[in-house]
Formats: sequence, C-alpha cells, structure tokens
Amino acid sequence: MWSRNNAVPALAAAAGLLVCASIALIFFWIPEDADQGISQKIFYFHVPIALTAYACFGWGALKAFLHLWRRPPGADLESYVAIHQGVIFGALTLITGSIWARASWGVWWAWSSEQLVLFLVLFLFYSAYFMLRFSVEPGPARANLCAVYALFGVVLIPISFLAIRLANDFIHPTVFTSQGPQMAGSMFFTFCVAWAAILTLAAALYHIELAGKRLDVSLRELRERLA
Amino acid sequence: MSGYLRDVALLTRKDVLLELRARDAVPALLLFVVSALVVFHFALPADAAELAAKGMLWVAILFTALLGLGRAFQAERQQSMLDGLLLAPCDRSAIWLAKTLATIVFLGVAELVALPAFALFFSALDWETVAGIALANLGICAVGTLVAAMALASRARELLLPLLFLPLAIPIVVGGVGASVADDGGRYLGFLALYDAVFAIISWASFEYVVTE
Amino acid sequence: MISARRLGKRFGRKRALDRVSFDLAKDGFLLVTGANGSGKTTLLRLCAGLAAATSGELEVRARREEIGYVGHEPLVYRELTALENLTLFARLYRVPTGEARVGMLLERFGLWEERGSRAGDFSRGMLQRLALCRALLHDPELLLLDEPYNALDARGAEVLDRELKDLAGARTFVVATHDPDRVSALATARLAFE
Repeated sequence: MWSRNNAVPALAAAAGLLVCASIALIFFWIPEDADQGISQKIFYFHVPIALTAYACFGWGALKAFLHLWRRPPGADLESYVAIHQGVIFGALTLITGSIWARASWGVWWAWSSEQLVLFLVLFLFYSAYFMLRFSVEPGPARANLCAVYALFGVVLIPISFLAIRLANDFIHPTVFTSQGPQMAGSMFFTFCVAWAAILTLAAALYHIELAGKRLDVSLRELRERLA
Repeated sequence: MSGYLRDVALLTRKDVLLELRARDAVPALLLFVVSALVVFHFALPADAAELAAKGMLWVAILFTALLGLGRAFQAERQQSMLDGLLLAPCDRSAIWLAKTLATIVFLGVAELVALPAFALFFSALDWETVAGIALANLGICAVGTLVAAMALASRARELLLPLLFLPLAIPIVVGGVGASVADDGGRYLGFLALYDAVFAIISWASFEYVVTE
Repeated sequence: MISARRLGKRFGRKRALDRVSFDLAKDGFLLVTGANGSGKTTLLRLCAGLAAATSGELEVRARREEIGYVGHEPLVYRELTALENLTLFARLYRVPTGEARVGMLLERFGLWEERGSRAGDFSRGMLQRLALCRALLHDPELLLLDEPYNALDARGAEVLDRELKDLAGARTFVVATHDPDRVSALATARLAFE
C-alpha cells in the first residue's frame, strides 16, 4: 500500500497557502475587537481547531465503523491516524482555549466553559485509546478493540456535552459567557478562511502520517518475507 | 428469541453461582465501600456541606464498581473460559448481557450495605438518590462489562480498566449527583435513563467484536 | 469439510503459521505433528474459530454447534462440579437428551463417582477426561483435539483410543499430537510442522 504521492504535496501546498492567507486576514484585515482587544483574535484559531478536532474524531469513527462492517485492510490504520490527529488538535484546542480564557477573563481554566470541559473529557477518553492500542498485540483483535472504542468516543461526544451542560446547573460557577462575538460579514469570511486552513492542514498532516505508517507496515512485511 | 433469553438466564445463573461458591468479590466490595465512606468522613472538612457528602457517595459507588468490574471476567481470564463460551453456539451478546446482569446483582448487594451506612454516617437519602443509584447501576455495569472485556486483551489489564472506564463514567456521575443534589432531580434521572439506553445498546451490539477476531 | 489456502497467522512480530495449505474431506482424519511451538495449537484454534487468520484463507464448513474442541486448557469452571459444568454446556449446546448424555459420558470416562466434586479439586488427568466429555457432549461433526492424550493415565488413554476408533470414519477429526504412533492407524491425511 503506497500513498497516492500526488495528494500529499498538493494538500500541503494548499494548507500552507490557506494558513498564510488566514493569518494575514486575522492580523491585518479585520479590526480589533472593542472589548477584548487583540486577544480576541485567538477565537479565529481556537474554534476552527476545535471543529477540526471533532471532524478528526468523526472521521476516525467512520473508518472504525467501516472496519467492523466490511473489513477493508487499511481502515484500522486510517482510523488510528485520524484519532491521533484528533488528539493533537484537541490538545491545541485546550491550549488555545486556556490562553483565550486567560486573556478574556484572567483565569487559565474555566469550568463554565462547556466547550473546554468537553474537550478535557474527550482528551482523556482518546488518550486512553492510545493506552489501549499500545498494550495489545497488533493483529485483528487489536483492530476490533480500537474500532469499538472509537465508536464509543463518537457517541460520548453528545452525551458528555449534555452532561456538562446539566452539570453547570448545580456546580454554580461564576458565569463567563464563552460565545464568540457577533460576526459581521468580514469576520465571518475570515472565520471561514481560517476554518478551511485548519481543515486542510489537518488533512495534509493526516495523509503525511498515514503515508509514513503505511511505509512502516510495508517495510515490516518485506522484512517478514525475507526472514 | 426464547433461546437467547434462555442462554442469558443460564449464563447469569452460572456467574452468580460462581460468586456464591467463591465468595470473594461481594465481601470485598462491601468492605471497600464502607471503608471508602469512612475515609470520606475524614477527607471532608468539618464544615463541608451535606451536598459534598452526597457527591462523595457517588465517588464511592463508582470506585466500588471499578473494583467489581476488575474481577468480572476473572474466571474466564484465569481458566481461558472465554474460549469455552465463544465455542458455544450462543450469541456473543448474550455473554455480555449475562455478565452485566450478574455484576448489577453484586453491585446492588454492596449498595444494600453502603446506602444505610451512608445514611448512618452522613445524612438521610431521598428517593431521587436511590432511583439515581438504581439507574446508574445499569449504565455502570453495561459499559463496565464491555470495557472489562476490552481490558482482558491487554497486557496491563488492571491499569487499563480504570483508564478506559472513567471518562465514560463522567456523565453517570453528573446524572447521579444532579439527581441527589439539584432541585429538579427528575431531569437528571431522565438523563441517566438516556445514558443507560444509548450505552447499553452500543455495548450490546459491539460486544461480539470485542471478544472475537 | 476444511479447506486452507496459504494460511498464515502472526502474533505481532512472531509468525506462528506460514502458508499452510490442505484439504480435509468429511469424515477424514487429519493427523498434525510437530514439535512444541510449531503452530499445531494455532492451527486448531483457527479451525475452531477462536482466532482469525492474518493471511491466506480458511474455510470450515461446520457451524459452531457442530464443532467439538479440546485445547490445552480443559475449559471447565473450577468452582462448579463436573456435573454442573457438563449440564451447563449441554444446555448451551441444546443437547436434546442432555441429562442422559452427560451421565453416559461421565460413566464412560470414569468420572461418574466424582460428578459432585468441584472441578478445581480434580487431578490434571481427570480434568482432561472432563474436557473430552465436554467436547463429545453435543456429538459434534468436527472434532478438533489438541494433544488429547496429555496428562491421561493408561486407563484414560485406553478410553480415548476406543472413542476415536468408534468415531473415526463417522466424524471428521483434526488431531494434533507429538505422539503420532497412537493414532496413526486412523489417519487419512497428515500434516507435519517443523
């Protein structure tokens, strides 16, 4: 299984272009926010990164479902790489969210920020995915276990969100609003560009990592055959 | 259909019988949960609210359940009995259902002691807490049995089980504590029921893939 | 009954089976020989459906209720008595005259006297006999026996000899053993692992 060599350079180039474009737009085009100043701009990174993380987990779950249903040979690896990307972007979400909380409200962590808490729970869940994966011998059993776990993750997302929302009613924190600003046209456009940039970046990283992992697998198989 | 339920009944009876003979899990759970409650008494400062104690009840139940789940597939693991069950023509999900029901029974027995102990040490319990516990038992055992089967396959099963289980158990804690503590506990009971339904269904459906290759 | 084409099984780095191919007709008797760790157990587990191949193809034309398996572990619950164990499996396998068959097998393998004792108190030889009872309980079409003579004393081995002789030609067998002389007369096909 060799990577489709054309996809990776094209994606990487597109990602590079879009990221530069979005940085330019964010820092030089849209005006600064009246209340929060320059720190508000992190919103344009934080939310696309969060959405991309969800997309990665969703893609991982889709590949997991396909693996259990039809057993295409590459599905397990694709699911794993997607979830790996999801965890990376999830960690970035937590970091950017924390920075934004600090900049906006002066605290590094806010339990009232439902988005952040949800990501913390998901981060814990998907980190356990890696613990699971690396403590089982590679083979069909491991692929099945990881696939089921990935599906559980995607079900956990809405349930956890609901739980966190319910929890906020009785935890009674100091209430911070964590909504993004009302988006005027130029802001919405910038947001979309930033989102496209992060998604393309994730896709590029996904394909690069997938190509690398597939090479590993091929190499191992060749070594096996020679041994 | 009746064959399926017969298999479930057979296997549940088998699990309960095994525990009655071995008599090691349930006494340990009983002792653990009461010890945990005593630890919590010392862990909560004197002016901690009654509400904090109610929250700790849920922590005690969750970790007692973890202890029980760690032993759920003990016989199957030590004697390779999972092979024996997988060879049989019964549906794999019947194995999950039987194990879940048996674990609910054991956890329930532990709670029959834990709840009066809690009422004695801390404060009286209202019906919403008890209903919450009953609903939470379903969810904990449904998800826990599946996760325990996953951990079976790994080299570090005692370490892996809590790691896999706790993130999935967070919504249960929210539902349970909310039912105990909030004014409109009914909403939280409804949420627990939703959790139970959703996770029981996917656990039931995916158990086959967890135990076979 | 069984067809294998370039069957392979890998555990992580280790290759347990490498491109094994054979065909076993119904009512045939396949004798599998080889040293310990050569892959006999893996092959039997694959045929029983307890593991999946990592390469090649395997087709076993028998349903789960038609397969009887004896592995390295006796596959009985130690805390249950011999009778309880066999009754459980008789019910799971939906054996029509369960009680009668359980009694008959216990007697044939000389375990009737100890039927009320916990399997955990049995000797290794008695456990092996109990395992054989379990495997034969539902009168399976396909019998997969991994070192069935393990731990059996002379009498137990004789009973097994008789069973195999009675059933060979009427049932399909795959028997793995590193003492092939005992059953070589019954074998219709052989597979040797290095």
